[in-house]
Parts: sequence; C-alpha cells; structure tokens
Amino acid sequence: MRVEQHPILKFSHGGMIKFYFNGIEMYGFEGDTIATALYANGIKVFGHSAKKKRPRGFFCGIGKCSSCMMRVNGVPNIRTCITPLQEGMIVESDKYDLPETAPYRKPERKTMDVDIAIVGGGPAGMAAAIEAGKHGDVSVLIIDEQPRLGGQLIKQTHKFFGSSMEGAGKRGIEIASEMEEEARKYADILLETSVIGYYNRGHHFLAAVNKLKGIVYEIKAKKIIFATGAQENYLVFENNDLPGVYGAGGIQTIMNVYGVKPGKAGIIVGAGNVGLILAYQLLQAGVKVKAIVEAMPRIGGYFVHAAKVRRHGVPIYTKHSIMEAVGKESVEGAIIAQLDEKWNFVLGTEKKIDCDFIAIAIGLTPSARLAQMAGAKVKFIREAGGWVALHNEFMETTANGIYIAGDAANIEEASAAMVEGKIAAVHALNSISPLTNFEAIVEELRNEISSLRKGKFGEKARLAKERIYEGYYEELRGNRSG
Amino acid sequence: MKIVCRCEDLTEEDIVNAIRKYDMRTLSELRQILRLGMGPCQGRTCLPIAARILARETGQKIEDVMPPASRPPVVPVEIGVVGEDEE
Repeated sequence: MRVEQHPILKFSHGGMIKFYFNGIEMYGFEGDTIATALYANGIKVFGHSAKKKRPRGFFCGIGKCSSCMMRVNGVPNIRTCITPLQEGMIVESDKYDLPETAPYRKPERKTMDVDIAIVGGGPAGMAAAIEAGKHGDVSVLIIDEQPRLGGQLIKQTHKFFGSSMEGAGKRGIEIASEMEEEARKYADILLETSVIGYYNRGHHFLAAVNKLKGIVYEIKAKKIIFATGAQENYLVFENNDLPGVYGAGGIQTIMNVYGVKPGKAGIIVGAGNVGLILAYQLLQAGVKVKAIVEAMPRIGGYFVHAAKVRRHGVPIYTKHSIMEAVGKESVEGAIIAQLDEKWNFVLGTEKKIDCDFIAIAIGLTPSARLAQMAGAKVKFIREAGGWVALHNEFMETTANGIYIAGDAANIEEASAAMVEGKIAAVHALNSISPLTNFEAIVEELRNEISSLRKGKFGEKARLAKERIYEGYYEELRGNRSG
Repeated sequence: MKIVCRCEDLTEEDIVNAIRKYDMRTLSELRQILRLGMGPCQGRTCLPIAARILARETGQKIEDVMPPASRPPVVPVEIGVVGEDEE
C-alpha cells in the first residue's frame, strides 16, 4: 500500500521500526505515524465504536476527528494519526476498560511566559511568528499538535497561484520547509503538543499537553493568535462511518506526506478544487479514481483542474451524490445516484461502483472552538463556511488581545492565511509596544490581501470578511450600549 | 445507519427523534440529552451537521443556531493533567 513511484514526491523512508498491534509484530518506517504504519500494513479497521460497536478507521488524518484513537504504551486515547511511530510501541485497539492498576503518571509541569503565543503552525501561524520576529524584539511561541510545522501546506504537491510574495509558483511542501526554517529563527516551537484550554487568570493563559511525554505546559501570554485551521466537513449517508470513508485532506496527508496509498480505487464526493486536486494527486500516486460526484449542477473548482482530471478519463457526475457506502468491515463499493431540484435522490438512477475508499471533499469548517473559549464572539456566516470568530481588519476578535487568522477565520487559500497571520502579528506587536511604522506596514499588508481577494474567485472571501467585520462592529456597539 | 456524531455513535435518526420528542431548540439541549459533541473530538465533526438538522426540523434559520459553550479540555487528556493527587 506504499506509493512506489511518484512524479513529484520522493519518499525517503527512514529505518525500519518494529511495533506491536494487538500483540502482532509489525514494521513501519521512521517518519511514519502510528496510523500510517498500520495502514501500510493493511490495517484499515482501527477499532470499533464504543456504543454501537461499528468498525472505524481514520477520517481526517490531522488529529481533529479523533476517530483513530488507540491505547499506546498503556496510555489511552492517543490520536494515532498524529503520533510518530517509535521502536517497540505497543498499540492496542478497542481498549475502553480502565486499567486495573491505573499507572498514575504525575505529569511534569512547565510554566512559560511569552509575549505572543500562536496556536497552530500552519501558513498563518508561521507567517505570524516570522512577522512578529522581524518587526519587534518579542518572545514568540508556536504550539502545534503535529510532529512537524507546516499545517496543510506539507501535503500540497501542486504549485500555488496567488501573490508572488506568498510563494506563488512554488509547491506547498517547499513553502512549508522554507517558512519553517525562518520561523525557527524567531520563535520557540512546541510540537506534538495540544492546547487543551484557555483560561482567563487576569491575563491570557493556555494549558497545553504533550501526551506521550507527559508534560503539561502552563503558558501565560500577552497576546494569543489562534491559527487553528479547519475541520473537514462530514456528510450524512448510509454507512458513512465505514473504514474507507475518509476526508479528502486525510487522504492527502497519508498519501502525500507519508507515502501510503488510501486504497486501489476510489470515488470522490465533491468537485470543488479540493476534490479535483485530490483526484489528480491520487492518479499521480498510482491510485485509480472511478468517479467524482458533485451535488451541484456545475463543477465548483477551477476549469484547468477539471480538464486535467477529465483528460485522464475520470468521469465527473454533476447533480449526483453518494447514497451508500457498501461493505462489512471496510468499503467495498459505493452507490451513487442522481439528485433532483430538491436535493432528493431520483430513484432508479442508482449506480454501484466498485471501490475500496470514498473521499469526502465537500468543504471545511473553521476551527474556532478555542477562540470561542477565549471569549471571542462566534457567529454563523455562510460564506465563511460556518461558525467563525468575529474579528476586525486587524484580525482581533471581540476578546481583547485574542486574534484569529487563516482558515480558522474563514476558509480561504494559504496565501491569504499568511497575510492574515502577519496582520495579526503586527497589530499584536504594536499593542505590546508601539511600532513607529505600524500604519505603513498594515497598509501594505491590507493592499496585498485585497489583491488576493480580487475578481470572481475572491468574491466569496470578500463577502465573508464583510459580514465578519460587520458582525464584529455590531457586537462592539452592543457591548457599549448594553 | 447514518452517523452524525462518530464519537458518541449518534445517528441522524437519534437526533431527529430527540428534537421532536423533547421539542428541542438548541444544540446545548441536544448535548445535554444525547451527549452530542461531548466525545473526544468535542463536536468538531458533528456540530455543523447537527446544526443543519436542528434548523431544518425547527424551522429556524441556520444563522440562529449557536454552537454550545466550548470548555476545556478540547482534546482527551489523562485526569492527572487537570487535577493532581498527593499520592
């Protein structure tokens, strides 16, 4: 199930690592996560759900959905998709019982005091750290759950459009490496560490945990930038939780970052840019794409991407969706059917497609739960992809000193995320100690982001941001009068 | 079975039935009755879908459905992280 040949990516696997899955000896490579090593060994069922005992596999691949949790070295509820594989690891699925002799591990506690804490080391978070470091003499900390920085950039193999300042013409993986190197000059970085909560103790305070190492970080921060990204949308259909039903991004992660194929042949639900790009990436990795189904009457993504996929013989069915995932322990097929004007299936149009995975590429929802916990007012804004933390032009939320940037602030492209991160950083910096050229820096960044949101494809982002700013100022006025 | 909340194994039917039976108007109420969004992912997967179901069933605008309060811990941690014992 490993990718053998790839036109763009080279997977230089590290040494072999021995581990045990439910008592069986298995091997993975250095650089694998537990989940990718298991998947490469042909393990698709990662456990069974606690109540209905339904088989479950991974879904998101980036630690958000918690569908891949297992007991690792005796520690329960480890998200195997973001935990690096280590020699001799004991991995057990379906362990819900409390250990009889509870191995109480007294966590090591570390306190930190920083000027700017950045949650999430993707494009927005890294850009914020770099910008803060360039313009001011402040302590900056990036906290990320993943084993490496880069967020979703690390799985993008295509060349970016957009602004040349934000790395257009380069591939996402290259941009990620360059930015990581620079971010390390300016910021302290905690990887494999999850922020578990925000607390107000008269100042901003975060608690973060590195679970396998057993370290709890207690972080006091003057300003916090939440660059927490987004969560892949899930879709309701019969058997939608069967192993083999994966998020499009989850597939990109195991395939483009770890070099593990999701299966032999699959279908993709959603013909937006993510679905179309995923189709092409699957073909590059030597995986068949049997069909792309799109509920809308038109393809949502760029014409160039659709044309490329069609040239390779992949049919795109518009006004179609998935009815059912077929299979016992994992996906063996998919039933698709046509939709009528009221989004109901037209009976008699069902088609069964043999496939061993189904990719869900129907968009993303901003991850704003931590910002919400920090007091940021959240509102549902359709154009932004769901509930977003209201914020102003400087990316500050309705909670003082709490910023949001990137996909967490509205689903958009990586270049916009980077500029937003920079704006947040400059504003945070200026409110810690005033910058002499603050206005000029911000104006330049604002111009850059406006040019990214120009034209037809920027329309949605422009609308979303207008609504978000409106909501922010409404909320502020409400607070003053109330 | 059409699953909405993977963590708590809740189906679309479970959610629709609860809304109708208890005349629910908010996600917080659904959370209290069903544990919707209280599992390890803390509602990241299910809440957007449940919000649409709630809006559809109750005739509310999706814009008026608010997410339930967000509380720590947002990821599963051992109990020792949040409270320490002497022994």
